[in-house]
Amino acid sequence: MALLRRSETVIAGILLLAMVLIGTINPAFWQLDNLFSLMRSNVIIGIMAMGVLLVLISGGIDVSFPAFAVAAMYLTIKGMLALGYNGVVLPLLAATLMGLAFGAVNGFFVYKFRMIPLIVTLGTSAMVRGFLLGVVGTSMININKMPTALIDFARTDVVSVTKADGTTYGLTAMVLIYLGLALAMHLVLRYTMIGRSAYALGGDPEAARRAGFDLRKTIFFIYCVAGALAGFAGLLHSGMIWLANPRDFVGLELDVIAAVVLGGASIFGGRGSVLGTMLGVFMLVMVKNSLIIMRVDTTWQLVVVGLIVIAATALSAWRDRRRAA
Amino acid sequence: MKTQMNIRSLINRDNNIVQLLVMTVLIFAVMTALSPDKFLRYYNFESITYIFPELGLLSIAMMIAMLTGGIDLSVVGVANLSGILAGVLFHKMAGAAGIADAGILTVLLGGVIALGTGLAAGTVNGLLITRLGITPILATLGTGQVFTGLAIVLTGGPAIVGFPTAWAFLGNGKILGLATPFVLFAVIAVLIAFVLSRTALGINLMLIGTNPKAALFAGLKRERMVLYSYMLTGVLASVAGIILSGRTNAAKSDYGTSYLLQAVLIAVLGGTNPAGGRGTVLGITIAVAALMLLSSGFQILRFSNHLIDFIWGAFLLLVIAINAYKNRTR
Repeated sequence: MALLRRSETVIAGILLLAMVLIGTINPAFWQLDNLFSLMRSNVIIGIMAMGVLLVLISGGIDVSFPAFAVAAMYLTIKGMLALGYNGVVLPLLAATLMGLAFGAVNGFFVYKFRMIPLIVTLGTSAMVRGFLLGVVGTSMININKMPTALIDFARTDVVSVTKADGTTYGLTAMVLIYLGLALAMHLVLRYTMIGRSAYALGGDPEAARRAGFDLRKTIFFIYCVAGALAGFAGLLHSGMIWLANPRDFVGLELDVIAAVVLGGASIFGGRGSVLGTMLGVFMLVMVKNSLIIMRVDTTWQLVVVGLIVIAATALSAWRDRRRAA
Repeated sequence: MKTQMNIRSLINRDNNIVQLLVMTVLIFAVMTALSPDKFLRYYNFESITYIFPELGLLSIAMMIAMLTGGIDLSVVGVANLSGILAGVLFHKMAGAAGIADAGILTVLLGGVIALGTGLAAGTVNGLLITRLGITPILATLGTGQVFTGLAIVLTGGPAIVGFPTAWAFLGNGKILGLATPFVLFAVIAVLIAFVLSRTALGINLMLIGTNPKAALFAGLKRERMVLYSYMLTGVLASVAGIILSGRTNAAKSDYGTSYLLQAVLIAVLGGTNPAGGRGTVLGITIAVAALMLLSSGFQILRFSNHLIDFIWGAFLLLVIAINAYKNRTR
């Protein structure tokens, strides 16, 4: 009974229902290569969603992470090209640190000036994107110039299958990175003091302060981690699509926030889980990708995502109000 | 004597306005010093009066949403959808005569449709926020996406080009030597200022924003007032959409996307408290003027649009810091 009442169970149920529905409309949905490509599409949004989950749990909101992701990605690749460096670990580390530094700016403004996170992150987002496109450059770095090590790394498959016609497809190993990061986030949220303090901050900042939580440390941690995850995901993304586009990720913030809210995180803070978020991410990616195989015109994508956001937030608001009553 | 008193009371009531005026003069002086021959041309100021109203109306809309501690992230989507729906109507109704010569009735119908779109969109936002209890940020983020999405569905992506001449007059005509959009803006701004400071709706909104709980206990109809405020926001956004489509003679789903950030920035800069309870049309107007001077100055200095975006963002953060600093010393 307790299991039934958990929001994760509900989301999983809806997810299964949606899968059956899509599978009935077009059986191609259940083909292994479609499922593999679905999981592949989960990776980048999923990693970013972990950061957004943390921010939402603390009662904040972050719309700057796509800008951070694209800046960390583009700057790192530009740097690699300039230095003639070809590798995986150091660039990923550099992108992560860059994201972290950007995130620290958010943390600084949110903590120091007690400003609404939405407005702060709108500002940092505009600054970072403006700087990237206005100073660093607007040209794409194509496959012929992309560092080969990154592409080879992102091309690793866990399993690979050969189809009857000789083409092969596989499940990208990047899924493992996503799962690893998700597990880490789960452990941090559940079992560490800093993770609990994020929940406390989201539940009631004043109560958290009086209970002795260090709000400064918590806020900086939250926004730094969100930025770091975005930076990491950004570089990984360019490896996976073999392209570094400084105009990438526009509008991605809505998709990710929608996924996290869909996964049961409360928009008022204090509630949310990694498992729910992963389910929410899967649901969103699945619906978006399946519009094509359900033969819905792609121009409807934005409308569908918007409606999902509204429905998910309405449900979560309704749930939270009922709980409060 | 009496006007002097008025000015003094104005200063006492809100030294934010004075600070804004000082900033505007400062920007003006710096830009004049940097490129006196180009910045001071009449043409420069005239072109500002054409671009200023769109952003000004969106900023006033944003300010009204902020009065109750909310925000409206769907304003740009509403503006574009309004323009596009009117455009679709004109293309459907255009006979052999062509779109440019569409009759006054057609144009009026287009106006009603555009304003109706804004009203409907605002009502949806308001109902989602008051009835379903969704936070304004997420509700309007979602509806904004839906409105932009509908605009894409209607146009299939590319812009709808070609509006009736009478419609274009609203965006780039002249009344008594002044830009029509500027005149429209002035009339609407005075109207909104009156509504906010002299009517029950305005006072109620301020009270609700200042202290929601006290307003509730005082028996104010919070839900209805907030709903009205979002309806008003939607209508203002659609007026901005009308002016935008009239000025550019086109409507597209992704026009003016950078206006969103700028509207938030102007609202905050103009002395609106994003947590609710404080905001004036006068403050917004001066803030828009200041930022228009700033960005036209940078354009004359040949800064790219991306760099101007960067500067807007930096300005927003700077204003936040200054406001926080001011509140601390007080």
